[in-house]
Amino acid sequence: MSQIFHPSTNTLARLSIFGAVFAAAALAFAAGIFARSSVATGVGVAVRQEVPFSHKHHVEGLGLDCRYCHTGVEESSFAGIPPTATCMNCHSQIWVDSPMLEPVRESFRTGDSLEWVRVHDLADFVYFNHSVHVAKGVGCSTCHGQVDEMPLMWKENSLYMEWCLDCHRQPEKFVRPRDEVFNMDWETPPNQLELGRHLVEQYDIENLLSCSTCHR
Amino acid sequence: MTEPQGVLKPDPVIEPGHDYGSITEKIASIVDTGRQPKFWWVGFGIGFALMQLFLVSAVWLLWEGVGVWGINNPVGWGFAIINLVWWIGIGHAGTLISAILLLLRQDWRTSINRFAEAMTLFAVACAGMFPLLHMGRPWFFYWLIPYPNTFGMWPQFRSPLVWDVFAISTYATASALFWFIGLIPDLATLRDRATNRTGKFVYGLLSMGWRGSAVHWYRYEVAYLLLAGLATPLVVSVHTVVSFDFAIGIIPGWHATIFPPYFVAGAIYAGFAMVLTLAIPIRWMYGLHDFITARHLRNMAKVMLATGLIVAYGYSMEAFMAWYSGATYETAMIEHRLFGSFAHIFWALIAVNVVIPQVLWFPQVRRSTAALFCVAMVVNVGMWLERYLIVVTSLSKDFLPSSWGEYAATRWDWATYIGTIGLFLTLMFLFLRVLPLISIFEMRTLVPGGAGKKGGDDE
Repeated sequence: MSQIFHPSTNTLARLSIFGAVFAAAALAFAAGIFARSSVATGVGVAVRQEVPFSHKHHVEGLGLDCRYCHTGVEESSFAGIPPTATCMNCHSQIWVDSPMLEPVRESFRTGDSLEWVRVHDLADFVYFNHSVHVAKGVGCSTCHGQVDEMPLMWKENSLYMEWCLDCHRQPEKFVRPRDEVFNMDWETPPNQLELGRHLVEQYDIENLLSCSTCHR
Repeated sequence: MTEPQGVLKPDPVIEPGHDYGSITEKIASIVDTGRQPKFWWVGFGIGFALMQLFLVSAVWLLWEGVGVWGINNPVGWGFAIINLVWWIGIGHAGTLISAILLLLRQDWRTSINRFAEAMTLFAVACAGMFPLLHMGRPWFFYWLIPYPNTFGMWPQFRSPLVWDVFAISTYATASALFWFIGLIPDLATLRDRATNRTGKFVYGLLSMGWRGSAVHWYRYEVAYLLLAGLATPLVVSVHTVVSFDFAIGIIPGWHATIFPPYFVAGAIYAGFAMVLTLAIPIRWMYGLHDFITARHLRNMAKVMLATGLIVAYGYSMEAFMAWYSGATYETAMIEHRLFGSFAHIFWALIAVNVVIPQVLWFPQVRRSTAALFCVAMVVNVGMWLERYLIVVTSLSKDFLPSSWGEYAATRWDWATYIGTIGLFLTLMFLFLRVLPLISIFEMRTLVPGGAGKKGGDDE
């Protein structure tokens, strides 16, 4: 029986050696890109909620402080979602007939919580304390982004471990004075490193990098 | 040394009366006539059935968790690591035969290197199953590889377990390449002999356009020699790194500098035992007495005897150092091994790994295939017992009596272990069916008066 491969296929055989190496590298690279894309992380993807609550309207438009609703952010390990009663402080008097707010009124009437879809959901095996981050000068917008410009809430950061470690390894790059924590318009000053080093010392910020800091 | 043969020249590595054509016909026809001896079907059937046992036990393990095994606190390693070390060790003979004996120009390697290399690959495949399954969540195995991951972390480079990943994956890659490069001229022979389109296509694809031109042969020789040079350090390095898994730990009975050389010798010991275990039935099954001669079996027996003595030296040094150092915990560990709850395993080990193989001193034993096969099987068992003893005794009794414990394997431990033997047999029998089990073109060089080298002088 004659040969079934034409001599030109020899070139293909040679190419396949290099091709296999590059194909494997390309696949690994693509996997890395995908893992960091918003498809996998949800960064920048607005999350649909039962009630289309707009932080932009309430914070930028009306000037509410973060802590009016998220009362526990400074004291609690869990930042917290406000109870329906907080909504009703205002909405028992304004937009009382709005159909958009019917789930809020229903929740208030029945006592069943509104079912918000959690946007910032850390993995269960991570210990996280919200209050200590606020106390050490990590601003809201450092992690959550410009929430005052988000009509619907989305994640500004991946919450991947590499992202946590960016700051845990070099907190001086990110911390700000405590009285600027809730300033949504805070911009990193040109002398951030100098200021940061000073704050790290002043607030006694440790580089907590041990596994068991978060994985207890 | 001289065997009582009455001649000064060593036995030939190929029986007289063969020419290029008869060698090719004999070896290639095993593959391309499509007919296998009855024993092949029996062996493959047993292997395939046992492989199903492996699949069942692996699925059950993944479903239920590593708790189905007998591992516990303090014995967290158990069968998984025992079997890993056992299988990895077996692989070493293939690399030694293919690389070191090539560089040392031992032409008797030619008849056995192909299937010994196959054995290496399949043993590494079986070995790889155990750390993967022992992880509990094997789908995250890639966390062991340093890559720019989303944790922003590298693996712990100070851990020998990470060194293991490098050592074993390098070993698997180098062995596979070496095997494949060595197969190319033979794959071309099979391509040229193929009578159907499938064979033509598959062997044609795998032979990568080999035409046997002078340039091809020149490049082949260079590549093969370079790979042999690269593979040579692996014979020593892989089991050295595996021994570090223990020696780096500060547990009594593990933390010893003798571990690397003693493990490497043990690996070659176990490997040659397995090569003999395979060579003797294969030789009988396909009637290959002309190619795998009595001289091959004798040589392998001698390698076993030598490495076995190194292993025995290792055992005695462990005991000696415990006594000589006067270290409390080391002494207690040796006492525990000799007279404690695992004493029966220790004395069984001494019997099968040290005492029985001494029969290899007798030429009559080295000439009897049945006796050699029995000794090889005994050593296979012995090397497994050795790893059992190392892993289990040291972990079960360390420094604090409050953290002592016992270890007993469950039926799923056994099922997984026996299952990998099935995986190994299945792969081995499939290899015999589809690839030439002896290197055809290298055997041709051994024909007296042929283009090849003269007979070796290993005696």
